Formats: sequence, structure tokens, C-alpha cells
Amino acid sequence: MEAPGVLHGFFVDAAARCPEHAALVEPGQGSITYRELAALSDRLRDRLHGLGVRAGDRVGIYMRKSIDAVAALYGILKTGAAYVPVDPGAPAERNAYIMHNCAVKAVVIEKRFEEKFRHELGQLGTLPSLFVLEGAGGGTPMRRALELADAQHPVAEIGTAAPAPRDLAYILYTSGSTGKPKGVMLSHENAVSFVNWCSEIFRPQPSDRFSSHAPFHFDLSILDIHVSLKHGATLVIVAEDTGKEPQHLASLIAEQRISVWYSAPSILGLLAQYGNLGRHDYSALRLVLFAGEVFPVKFLRALCAQLPRPKYFNLYGPTETNVCTYYEVPTPVPEERTVPFPIGKTCSHLRCKVVDEQGREVAAGNEGELVVSGRGVMQGYWELPEQSARAFIGGDDGTRWYKTGDIVIEAPDGNYTYLGRRDRMVKRRGYRVELGEIEAGLYRHPNVKEAAVIAVPDEEAGIKVKAFLSCREGKHPSLIEMKRFCAEHLPLYMIPDRFSWHEALPKTSTDKINYQRLKEMD
Amino acid sequence: MTEDVKNALKQFILKEFLPEEDPEELTETTPLITGGVLDSIATLKLVMFIEERFGVTLQAHETDVEYLDTIAAIVNLVRSKKS
Repeated sequence: MEAPGVLHGFFVDAAARCPEHAALVEPGQGSITYRELAALSDRLRDRLHGLGVRAGDRVGIYMRKSIDAVAALYGILKTGAAYVPVDPGAPAERNAYIMHNCAVKAVVIEKRFEEKFRHELGQLGTLPSLFVLEGAGGGTPMRRALELADAQHPVAEIGTAAPAPRDLAYILYTSGSTGKPKGVMLSHENAVSFVNWCSEIFRPQPSDRFSSHAPFHFDLSILDIHVSLKHGATLVIVAEDTGKEPQHLASLIAEQRISVWYSAPSILGLLAQYGNLGRHDYSALRLVLFAGEVFPVKFLRALCAQLPRPKYFNLYGPTETNVCTYYEVPTPVPEERTVPFPIGKTCSHLRCKVVDEQGREVAAGNEGELVVSGRGVMQGYWELPEQSARAFIGGDDGTRWYKTGDIVIEAPDGNYTYLGRRDRMVKRRGYRVELGEIEAGLYRHPNVKEAAVIAVPDEEAGIKVKAFLSCREGKHPSLIEMKRFCAEHLPLYMIPDRFSWHEALPKTSTDKINYQRLKEMD
Repeated sequence: MTEDVKNALKQFILKEFLPEEDPEELTETTPLITGGVLDSIATLKLVMFIEERFGVTLQAHETDVEYLDTIAAIVNLVRSKKS
């Protein structure tokens, strides 16, 4: 069989092979077959075309994770445009910035977000078309919105686009060190090469039931959605509230007979501690995949002990490359092991090497920065030519190597081990957080004179984020006020755990904030 | 009973999630989740506290923002569960 070159081609082919199979299940909301999902996304494709969306454009998705959101994503891809999913829980201001930044032609949005979003867009002077759904869940709101629009303005049926390998499939925004999120541009070739690698390693079957735990603006969703729907499998969409609650989640994994689980380690750690896993039958579960941050060994050991049957894989890779190394965790995890497991070996569609600060390859066994090249590596950051240029180093043969910023070491057996970061980026519950973006958010408070943020290791949470502040005048704002202010200006996962107020922050001899000293003050 | 529930919640939230905060600042209407006081793990701990302390069981949808965003909302939820 000839491999399709476009991301949505996988789903289109699967829908032709197994039209009556369940494509998506949204517990409590409903389910949809491949045939129905194909038809729904075709209708949205035509509607978006009617709104002026053309191949090469961008279209935003501003809604709760749902059957409707998956239909939106395929509808967008089928027009030949790239989808731009945002976190519906993030401030409207941030989401409007993202949509403005990549100049989306249209946004598929839930009604409850519309008013605030329109207001923020107005401030920025952007006016994309909004395709408004009454809600999201089960696919009914999408169907209704399309019916209503068709009754008012019928649109012609257009064909599904066949983009070129380098055309963009989606843009995922991640935290930017200057205080503004930056858009990672991923092409069809990037996504397709990754999806094919997943097929090779995980051998999905139509009988598989994948979890969709990560939100769609998070790159774990690429595996969930596009790998499951390539193979005619069923994707079980886990609602955000269930996804955070270990006991409900534990029941759901068993009841839905999930066979392939993928998430950040933090929720797996909570499942191991609070999930009461002994109550249920997990015989369907064959793969547990995790990525996004280090899995503390103590919780991984507890999880493997309670669920001994599945294979466990540690997947590693930034949004810019998606997964680039992988490691199968040998189970059970020995009692005496305390150091985290390696991130493993390079995926077959990519190449990795370790370089020093001058970009020269170091010999195996020496520390250095992991750099990655190959078909999975991003095209660059949206409209940030300088940052994009800085993200790569060129090889002698003209190869572009993406600099991950992660310091690693290669063991004699060829497995890489993660050691730390080169810069001020941290991982929190799987999310990338630039401490500089938090500082930029804190500086927007009128009473804040100085702000500095550090991350310190924490056994339970991985890291704790601590903010050190000094105040302009008078009484400093209360803790509740600072948290509320942050909630208005930053995504929730960026809100510091601790705030402390000082007369002035310690400085270095060159009058910069002395971060070393802050770590000692802690 | 409402006063007891309110006070127990207030004490727990102050102690666990707002160390060193002036107790006067935390009112019945302070937004807890939308106001950034509770992240997802803190919300989970609060739910476990509510279930244990007041002897009720919350359904998945009851761990939503609309039921848990303020002390007043939680008091209502607990009261409706008890009756």
C-alpha cells in the first residue's frame, strides 16, 4: 500500500475501510462512526471554504475537547489549511493573541467563549470569521451549527485538499521566554513521519481503544488522534474534569476497556497513589505511554506493581520534533532504583546526536545538548525568523539540526539519559513553561516593581514554582489577589506555587537579578 | 450545619493552599479555581477532603468549576448531598 503523504489521508483511508466502526467515543456524550465523522468533517470543510478559508490558511479551534473538536480538526485539514488549537481554559487575551499572531482566517468556537474573545480580538484589530457552536460534546452542536448555516446560506461541495509535504498541518503554541507564546509550525510530512513511526513500534489494531487524555493544544494529542484513526481503532475522549480525578479516571479506563494509554506522567502518578486500581479489571490495557516530563521512579514503580500486564514506554521529545527517543521500561521496577529511567534511543524517522556549546559532536559518554534532524523536525516558529534561525545548527552536509536545549548523556548501550536544561524552561504537569513568561505576566501587575521566578525540585509535584516580588509602594497585594491576577493573565499551569514579598530583590554586581542568591534564600 | 461546613472549608483551604494569607481575605465568594487558588491537584485534594470530612461522594461532573469555585458553592453542594 502506498503511504499517504497527507495527515488527514490516514483518516480518509480508514473511513473507507471500516465506515461502520466507532471512531470516537465520548463517555456520557455519545459516539460517532468513521462514516459519520468523515461526513461531518466534509460538511465543515465545505462550510469553512464558504467562509473564505483556502489551502495554506490557518483556522483556530477554541472549544472543549470533544467529538465536535475532532470533526473541526479534520474539517480544517480537509480544506488544506492548518489547524491551531488553543486551550479553552486559558485567558481569552492569550488565545486572541495566538489567533491574531498567526492570522487565522476563521475560528471554530463555542458560544460561551465568543463574547470575551470578540472583545479581545477587537483590541488587536483582527477579525477572523467565527463559526459558532452552541456547545461541544457528542457531535450534536457541530451538526446543528452546520444545519443552521446550510439553511441560511447553502455552500457548494468542494473536494478534500491534498497539501504538499511541506505545507503546514497544525501550529501548536508553547510558552515563549519573552512573555508571548510562540507558534511551532508542523508540516504534513512532520506529522506523517511521526505517525508512521508510531505504527511501526506500537502496532495498533482496529480492536485497539486509545485514550485521549491530553488536550488538543498539547502535542501528545497527535499520537492519540492521528495514530488511532489511521488504524481504524477507537479513540476514547476523556473529559477534562474526569481526566484530573484519579478515582473517576481509574473507573473510566477499565469501563472503556482502554488498550493504549498515553499521558503526562503526573496523572499516572496520581492514579498509582489515589486511583484504587485494585477495584477494576485492566486486562485490555496493553500499552502505557508517557511523555512530557520525568516520571518519578517511586510512582512509576507503584504503578507497574499495580498494573503488571501492559508494556511501559517512556517517550521523549519537544513539540518541535514530537517524540524523538523512546525507551521501554523493564518491569517490575527494582526496589533499589531511585534514578529516573533513560529517555532511550532515537526513533527510526529521525537522527540524534550530542553536541558541545560550539555545536561539535561529543564522544559517547560525554554530556552535551541533544540535537535532532530528520523528517519529523518542525519548519520553524511562526513569523519569528530570528528565533527560528537560533533554534537550529547547520551540519556540514547542509542538514538542519534542531537544538532541544536538553542536556543528555549517551550510555554505552546507546540509550540517552536526560540530565537537565540549558536555559530557563521547566516542565510542569507535562507543560512547557518559560519562567520568563511568568515573570512578564507578574510585571503587568501595577504594584509589582520587581519579579523573579525560580523552579525548585519537589518530590511530589516534580517542581515547585516560586515567585519573588518587590512592591512599588504601601501594602503589597494579598496572595489571593496575586493568584487571581495570574489566573487572568497566564494559563493556570503557569501560576506560581509560592509568592514572597521582599524590600528589594538581590542583585549581581552588574545589577541583574541574582538568581543564584534567590535559590539560596529559599 | 452550614456554618460548620463553611468554617471547616475555610480552615482547610487556608492551611493547605494559602499559607500565611490573612484569613480575612478568603471570603465565601473568593473565586477558588477561576481565581487560581486551586490548581488541578489542589482541587483533587479538596474533593478528597470534602468526601472524607462530610461523608459525601461527588460525581465526576460535580468536581466541575461551577460546583467548587467558591466556598458558598461548595456549601450548597454539600448541603444538597446531605439532604
